[in-house]
Amino acid sequence: MSTLIEGREGQWELVIGLETHAQVTSEAKLFSGASASFGAKPNSHVSFLDAGMPGMLPVINQRCVEAAVMTGIALNAEINLVSIFDRKNYFYPDLPLGYQISQFSDPIVGEGWLDIELDEGSTKRVGITRLHLEQDAGKSLHDQDPFRTFIDLNRAGVGLMEIVTEPDIHSADEAAAYVTKLREILRYLGVCDGNMEEGSLRCDINISVRKPGGALGTRTEIKNVNSIRFMREAIAFEARRQVEIIEDGGDIDQETRLFDPDRGETRSMRSKEDSHDYRYFPDPDLPPLVLDTNYIAEIKSRMPELPDAKRSRFVNELGLTEYDANVIAADKSSAAYFEKAAEKAEPKLVANWVMGEVFGRLNKDGLSIVEANVAPEELAALVVMIQDGKISGRQAKEAFEKMWSEGMGALAVIQELGLEQISDDGAIKEMVASVISANPDKVAEFKAGKTQLLGFFVGQVMKASKGKANPKAVNAILQEILGQ
Amino acid sequence: MSKSELLQLDIATAGKGLRDGDFTAIELTEAYLDAVEASRELNIFITETPDRAMADAVAADKSIKAGTSSKMTGMPIGMKDLFCTQGIKTTAASNILGEFIPPYESTISARLKAAGTILLGKTNLDEFAMGSSNTTSAFGAAINPWELTEDKKPLTPGGSSGGSAAAVAAGAAIAATGTDTGGSIRQPAAFCGIVGMKPTYGRCSRWGVVAFASSLDQAGPFARTVRDAAIMLETMAGHDPKDSTSAAQATPNFEALIDGGVKGMRVGIPKEYRVEDMPEEIDSIWRRGIEMVTAAGAEVVEVSLPMTMSALPTYYIVAPAEASANLARYDGVRYGARVEGDDLNGMYSATRGQGFGKEVRRRIMIGTYVLSAGYYDAYYKKAQRVRTLISQDFDNAFHSVDALLTPTTPGAAFPIGEKEDDPISMYLNDVFTVPASLAGLPAISVPVGSNENGLPLGLQIIGRPFDEGSVFRLGQALEDAAQFDKRPRLTLEGFK
Amino acid sequence: MSLDRETIVRIAKLARIDVEDSEIDGLASELNNILDWVETLNSISTEGVEPMVGVGVSKAPLRMDNTNDGDIAEAVLANAPDPAPPYFTVPKVIE
Ligand SMILES: [Mg+2]
Ligand SMILES: [Zn+2]
Repeated sequence: MSTLIEGREGQWELVIGLETHAQVTSEAKLFSGASASFGAKPNSHVSFLDAGMPGMLPVINQRCVEAAVMTGIALNAEINLVSIFDRKNYFYPDLPLGYQISQFSDPIVGEGWLDIELDEGSTKRVGITRLHLEQDAGKSLHDQDPFRTFIDLNRAGVGLMEIVTEPDIHSADEAAAYVTKLREILRYLGVCDGNMEEGSLRCDINISVRKPGGALGTRTEIKNVNSIRFMREAIAFEARRQVEIIEDGGDIDQETRLFDPDRGETRSMRSKEDSHDYRYFPDPDLPPLVLDTNYIAEIKSRMPELPDAKRSRFVNELGLTEYDANVIAADKSSAAYFEKAAEKAEPKLVANWVMGEVFGRLNKDGLSIVEANVAPEELAALVVMIQDGKISGRQAKEAFEKMWSEGMGALAVIQELGLEQISDDGAIKEMVASVISANPDKVAEFKAGKTQLLGFFVGQVMKASKGKANPKAVNAILQEILGQ
Repeated sequence: MSKSELLQLDIATAGKGLRDGDFTAIELTEAYLDAVEASRELNIFITETPDRAMADAVAADKSIKAGTSSKMTGMPIGMKDLFCTQGIKTTAASNILGEFIPPYESTISARLKAAGTILLGKTNLDEFAMGSSNTTSAFGAAINPWELTEDKKPLTPGGSSGGSAAAVAAGAAIAATGTDTGGSIRQPAAFCGIVGMKPTYGRCSRWGVVAFASSLDQAGPFARTVRDAAIMLETMAGHDPKDSTSAAQATPNFEALIDGGVKGMRVGIPKEYRVEDMPEEIDSIWRRGIEMVTAAGAEVVEVSLPMTMSALPTYYIVAPAEASANLARYDGVRYGARVEGDDLNGMYSATRGQGFGKEVRRRIMIGTYVLSAGYYDAYYKKAQRVRTLISQDFDNAFHSVDALLTPTTPGAAFPIGEKEDDPISMYLNDVFTVPASLAGLPAISVPVGSNENGLPLGLQIIGRPFDEGSVFRLGQALEDAAQFDKRPRLTLEGFK
Repeated sequence: MSLDRETIVRIAKLARIDVEDSEIDGLASELNNILDWVETLNSISTEGVEPMVGVGVSKAPLRMDNTNDGDIAEAVLANAPDPAPPYFTVPKVIE
């Protein structure tokens, strides 16, 4: 796939690095005991520390550390046994301490990588530079009062993981694939809800253009892009803007820009202009964060299987197609539902049912998989009956509808609908015997070589069973008896 | 007992009197409230809290009667106005805090309150504890109760905890809290002729104490005797889970550790502290101290701390750097005095430009500069490396000795207004106290004698980390030998 | 490394401290004196010496992930200049 973009004077290559801020799913904030949850009354989830009161001190929340370690392991990265919290100094009303507690020189997670899937089915490895923990800022509301900006510190101090990539990304598609994959992993781990609209996941895009193979160009940073669609638009716009400036003989300013979704364009953020000199230094209120290898091993042992591992296990051990495995493993809960059902029934068949009937009904009802009206155990019971030839696929679908709408178990539905096939050899043999004895002439014709009469006998037996006999079994038994 | 007699008691004897029913906490408190009032010309208190004191006294008498009292119950104390006190204005001696009334109580003041002490008020200090003479206070300097002669200029009580030291010396508090970043307990204790103890970094919680330089700030007591300092420190100290730098160390019975004697102790005399042009009065008091501990049975040996003279410049990089960030929160947004400006940055700059005094502004500027892009390695990182060397000096010395004996200050209290034109000459006041601060070591200043003008001089004992016991024991030996029982004029004349 | 007027202005801006034009030269000379003095450290060899950040506790303690603070909006706002409860306010910021 070509990732080059066409300019007036030939082709340009995009060079993109992403900094993703993922809000840690935790009860409390990174350094205080105030709630980290959304949607509360302004300034109610604020401790005296979060409000930057004199003499207040930070204490690290272990949940945030654990989340960073888990994510680091999932990103195939080295976990640093000693990391340091630094102060990043700048003035802004939503930053109550006058500095953000972050990690600069010694982050908790070092270099790693993430493989992303591209459309053509190829994969690409994106280098991870680092992951560090830091505080979120509060919120400034500019539209509540004609003369003043209002400040809500509910989010100030909430734990964030900042995940930084190498400049390995060369198109909006790759950037989108990276964020999609990263979000999938974060959700699998349960360390971030991945909700971009609410801002629990947001990206800073570092972007520059260059002649293919040439020296790196000057980059701009687009701050806080909060959807994958906006990310694509922002990259497309910014790439075009940079190419035009350079082709017109201009220079790119290294600056911070903001994406305006209404206009689909990026613009310079003047308010960040003079804050380049952050004067990072180790926070003297916080001794080094020291981890030991046992702690890391213990966390590793508690980690769920990650999507890539799941996918390959689904293909290699459960016999799913790549496509099915991708669809089902894309979401942790779907994968869990599938695996639960596949414990007792044929996995490939289960996968068809999950992707077909189950997803179909969820979609129709606007539900998520954890709200499914048919429990995975019941789906398995239904599939087993198909496997065993007790019901036909068509009957199973009928049964599934009733199970879903009435919340009944598979067996109860089959019985109530009278769908269960008679596969019992004894019962079928009895019916076959009575059909044979009732039609001696036809038996003679058959034995004389008119084998097409088999259909007649099958039909008679099915009629006698009121359609419940398993046609396969009837066929086999008839052949066996008539063939003698 | 007369009020004047009550005011002569130290914690140990007052405690006995209270428990024996010789007098009540209310009587003791009334005597001290009179003393607070009588000493107002010394500008010791920024905020007096007489109502709170009387309420505390009632509670103290109750707990004494109920037999639930501690050694500190009923002790009227001064609180450096750097400790946040719930419902009581806390200023850090700065205009920028405005009418700030903390909605929370610092761990130290809460511990003292829980122990039954009586809060007389919030004592004066250098603005944000930055200074060595109390002259940077937005409320004017506190004045040393010691006077040269009637017609001479008032003396500084030292700084930054000048108000607390002056209160204890003047008899306006039986004891007081201080904080020490580079000498702010020990230097004023020496200037005021009392005992001041800076414990090991991490011994006392910093939670709720307005921060100056986080890696150096330590709270500690001012008292009239070494024993009192030990008793009070025992109440102040202890692990605090709210302070990540608070040591998870059990607090020993410091008072019991005093009585061990110093026989066989090895006391180091750092030769580098014998600085160029050291005043003869300092040299001589130091020699007397050496004789005293030798006579008490300690073995005195010369040791070398080669980095001594690097400590002060190191401190004046590290402390302003940390302060520049610690004081960034004073921005006129959430509390404190706001000065309006044209826009947000105008408001910030006006608030901070007018809210901070000259010395604080100077240190914020220095700190901002040494952390700024391109200078970090040359200044801040360099200072941190030298700090390692300074700390190693002490480690090495403590291989061969149990404690160190040095002068506390390079001179006696000086007149207010002196050394104001030259920041560095003011900074030099801390030349003997700063090294132990950088290394986080426990150190005490004990009054050992006076100079020819009759002004007190102190000696400093520095101990190993968390070995306050040895420091107190040596301090007690000095106190026993020195028999320094002079009191400043005001105490004697005001309450006879 | 000597501080010129421009640097003083830049530092004052970074630190958000108003400095009067008339103060700049005085400040520059004061700060230069202090910097000259602290630069005596340059004569000390610190090669291979680890920087010391703090003393004492060598390992940060970790806190349980419990909500045990907050819901004190009134106390948090009690000292605010020009508040618009439940908000703090600042002069209007134009983004
Ligand atoms: Mg960033
Ligand atoms: Zn960040």
